[in-house]
Amino acid sequence: MSAAPEHAPTMARLNWRDRIAPHMPVLLVPLLAVAGFLAIMNPASWLTLTVSGLAMGMMIFIMASGLTLVFGLMDVINFGHGAFVSVGAFAGISVLMTLGHMTAAPSLLINLGAVLLAVIAAMLATGAMGWAFEKVIVAPVYGHHLKQILVTMGGLIVVEQLIIVAWGPEEIYFNRPEALKGAITFAGAAIEKYRLVAVAVGLVVFAAMRWVLRRTKIGLIVRAGVENGEMVEALGYRLKLVFVGVFIAGSALAGLGGVMWALYQEVITAHMGNHAMILIFIVVIIGGLGSVEGCFIGALLVGLMQNYIAFLEPKAALISNIALMVTILMWRPMGMIPVVKAK
Amino acid sequence: MSDTILTPNPSDPILRIEGVYTNIAQYHILQGVDLVVPRGGVTMLLGRNGVGKTTTLRSIIGHWRAHQGQILFDGEDITQLPTPAIARLGIGFVPEDMGIFADLTVEENMVLAAVSGPINSARLDWIFTAFPPLKTFWKSEAGTLSGGQKQMLSIARAMIEERKLYLIDEPTKGLAPAIISTMAKALKDLKDQGSSVLLVEQNFAVARALGDSANVMDDGQMIWSGAMAELGGDAALQERLMGLSMEAH
Repeated sequence: MSAAPEHAPTMARLNWRDRIAPHMPVLLVPLLAVAGFLAIMNPASWLTLTVSGLAMGMMIFIMASGLTLVFGLMDVINFGHGAFVSVGAFAGISVLMTLGHMTAAPSLLINLGAVLLAVIAAMLATGAMGWAFEKVIVAPVYGHHLKQILVTMGGLIVVEQLIIVAWGPEEIYFNRPEALKGAITFAGAAIEKYRLVAVAVGLVVFAAMRWVLRRTKIGLIVRAGVENGEMVEALGYRLKLVFVGVFIAGSALAGLGGVMWALYQEVITAHMGNHAMILIFIVVIIGGLGSVEGCFIGALLVGLMQNYIAFLEPKAALISNIALMVTILMWRPMGMIPVVKAK
Repeated sequence: MSDTILTPNPSDPILRIEGVYTNIAQYHILQGVDLVVPRGGVTMLLGRNGVGKTTTLRSIIGHWRAHQGQILFDGEDITQLPTPAIARLGIGFVPEDMGIFADLTVEENMVLAAVSGPINSARLDWIFTAFPPLKTFWKSEAGTLSGGQKQMLSIARAMIEERKLYLIDEPTKGLAPAIISTMAKALKDLKDQGSSVLLVEQNFAVARALGDSANVMDDGQMIWSGAMAELGGDAALQERLMGLSMEAH
């Protein structure tokens, strides 16, 4: 038997289409922004709508990112994910409302401190709830999609009713902290301050998630587990434990998203999480189930599309996101950044 | 890396399987398998396609549950242990489908395989010597590798830390002859270090070159166990056990 030949790989020259294809999902966001600009033809309006769309996208991303990982890692379809959004919003806003002296203070730092406390409370509450939800509701139905849909949907209804028991059935209105009210004017466009905060928070969450997934061993285990959980276990890692951790982290992120969404709307209801689930599912599906990057890009596309269409053709706004999903699935049936599953 | 070369010692096996039955859905795949893997050396698991060789390996690592019988690893009953616990006792597994993580780079695959901590650089050098393409494509996504390179990565992942037992399922399947010789050389290195290997292999030349003992399965049971040299030198026995002479390969 002879030895293997020396390997000297050379790359064939790709034509421009093949070179662009892997980056196409990332390019879609600026392409959509440019298309929006050409359709709106008013720089000030376009800038306002674009920031608004990006802010909305970031909030959807924060809410959806946990769901996509939970599905990718353990093949669990969690229709109850919206419950964490609602509970996060109620827990966070309740804390915020007790901090009136901080939210009314004319200092950005004190205001943000109040929001931070609200966010911590929301994430602790939803993280703990995620742990219990996984143990009681999800763990008994591993591997059974239909049961997962039914039981997690049931879990969502129970949580919604518990919120009504605790906080009452009425919508709760509140005001954002002083420093986050109002808008700044930039290049003739009015941009709400809070939306800039939402964009910044979204970028930080995305960067942190990417860092964890790319640079830490636990991130490697999660990424490998999404692809081939059986092999990760055969290497000696307790994937079930990792999954519980991801479920808790994903629930806490949904709680963060809930607070952000609530501050954006300035009203909370027990059903807000359930309503957000439609957008969350669209984003997770068009991004590619299990892909955090896909989820991020999908969320930005949905946010921008919704804002542009609502401005250009308000009646079409209702179907714009469904149309976006259909178009993307016709182009890439597994979502924009499909995750290769070994099984 | 161990410097001591162990000689097979049948009285103190690294793995002993006794009367194992494994069902997959309604199919009764293993029907009372007995197998002894001596400490040190390469134990071959042979047989025609579909007789239960892969299921035997998967039952050992815990991917399929044996619902009857006992699997003893290094004296400990692992029959009902979860897969990660079995792996951490010191079993390296190379599945038939290679099980590489295509979205991760070669480096990330290896970092993940080094369960107990950072990669041992001496061991990595040894792997790079055995499989030079892994060094060339260290930063590339594993999904972009060729079939042979993926198999190299799969075996390298098992070898990156010293294990008490390596379960390797058809490492030369579908590979070009030149790559097969690279695989065989690496497995020979592993054997020369005194490692214990349970190897499923269809390639006769590789089986005869590496195997110390041989076990032949048919229809979910072990039908023959003995020295590889004895089986390799007896065409009539091969014909009777496996339906064809391995010389025909």
